[in-house]
Amino acid sequence: MSARTPIKVSPARAGWLLVQRDLRLGLRRPGEWLQPLLFFLVVTTLFPLATDPQMSRLRDIAPGALWVAALLSSLLALELLFREDGQDGSLEQLAVLGLPLSWLLLAKTCVHWLLTGLPLVLVAPLVATALGAPYAAIPGVMAALLLGSVALSLIGAVGAGLTLGLRRGGVLLALLVLPLAVPVLIFGARATALAIAIEPMAAPMYLLGAIAVLSATLAPLAAAAAVRISLE
Amino acid sequence: MTLLAAQDLHLWRGDLHVLRGLHFELAAGQCLQVTGVNGAGKSTLLRALAGLLPLESGTVQWRGSNTRADPHAYHSELAWLGHGTALKADLSAPENLRYSAGLRRQCGRADMDAALARVGFSHSDGRLARQMSAGQQRRVALARVLLLDCALWLLDEPTSNLDSGGQHMFDQILSAHLEQGGLAVIASHQALAVPAGRLQGLELT
Repeated sequence: MSARTPIKVSPARAGWLLVQRDLRLGLRRPGEWLQPLLFFLVVTTLFPLATDPQMSRLRDIAPGALWVAALLSSLLALELLFREDGQDGSLEQLAVLGLPLSWLLLAKTCVHWLLTGLPLVLVAPLVATALGAPYAAIPGVMAALLLGSVALSLIGAVGAGLTLGLRRGGVLLALLVLPLAVPVLIFGARATALAIAIEPMAAPMYLLGAIAVLSATLAPLAAAAAVRISLE
Repeated sequence: MTLLAAQDLHLWRGDLHVLRGLHFELAAGQCLQVTGVNGAGKSTLLRALAGLLPLESGTVQWRGSNTRADPHAYHSELAWLGHGTALKADLSAPENLRYSAGLRRQCGRADMDAALARVGFSHSDGRLARQMSAGQQRRVALARVLLLDCALWLLDEPTSNLDSGGQHMFDQILSAHLEQGGLAVIASHQALAVPAGRLQGLELT
């Protein structure tokens, strides 16, 4: 061990290693991110069973069913985001790393989306078809869910940071995050409805995109502040 | 030359006035051992020094500048080890080091093996952290502190769960660290076997 130079961390390298670590951990524990996905599949298949299974009727409720299920599934997955890192001291290490905490949490949230948001997008064709959407609607449904799930993961990171230190934070997490997620739900469901009706869906898609960009810029800062408070 | 200086630290936890006007100064090559009964505020003091807790009043200065004003510069010379070992249960020891120490410093496989050997962690096979004993996890966490190669160590109960061989190993790495001009603030009940001139005591009540 030679001269002690202050550590110069490259933000890109640190973020990339953190992404690698969380991906590797995720792949070693597939159960954790498969559960929200299965939840999404099961809830959406309950709708045809519980309602009148006429295709036209199903098609009407499809956007709502799809988005409420996606929202609840992302909420279920949020518990995984920071909890373990908070308990084992990893978040403390990140907080004294000498890099902006918001950047590191953004990296973590990206992996979280890859493991819990992206799978929802990938199974969306299956779910949309089961709910009576025409094949032509599938690209639109997937695009809306792509933007929406990104926004949901980012918004959820703030709630997950705030409820980090609480023993039974699940319900509080839902109460914090659901109101914030309402715009995503409204525009996401609207975009999906337009996609299923094969109509132009640009307007709600622009708004969804705007929400996603806004949360990508603001949510990491808010999540970092929340995590710092929770670590106290 | 004083590198780490704390002046008039005050901190409340809820209604409890835990730190009441603490002062200390630490020069290169010196170690501050913080003692006190359980609940006296040892962890609180260390977390406040690390910048994890906001101070009610007082300053912590590193190399003459306030650590709260430029936390990134301070943190780039700080190795922190709290109660949690920050090891991921599903990663092996080298993987854990790669993703925690490696996040801050480039370290190759040889560096990691050398650090693991110094802390007496012999099982560098693919054992996951979940399969290690608490003492072995502690050793891997200390290997991370070594790999970070920082001037300042803030260690909260670093020898908990360590056997007598582990205590001896810790005394050795601490002495080597101080010998190289490093600083350490350590909350521990165990007597630290470092040369008397290098050791300061601080008892919290």
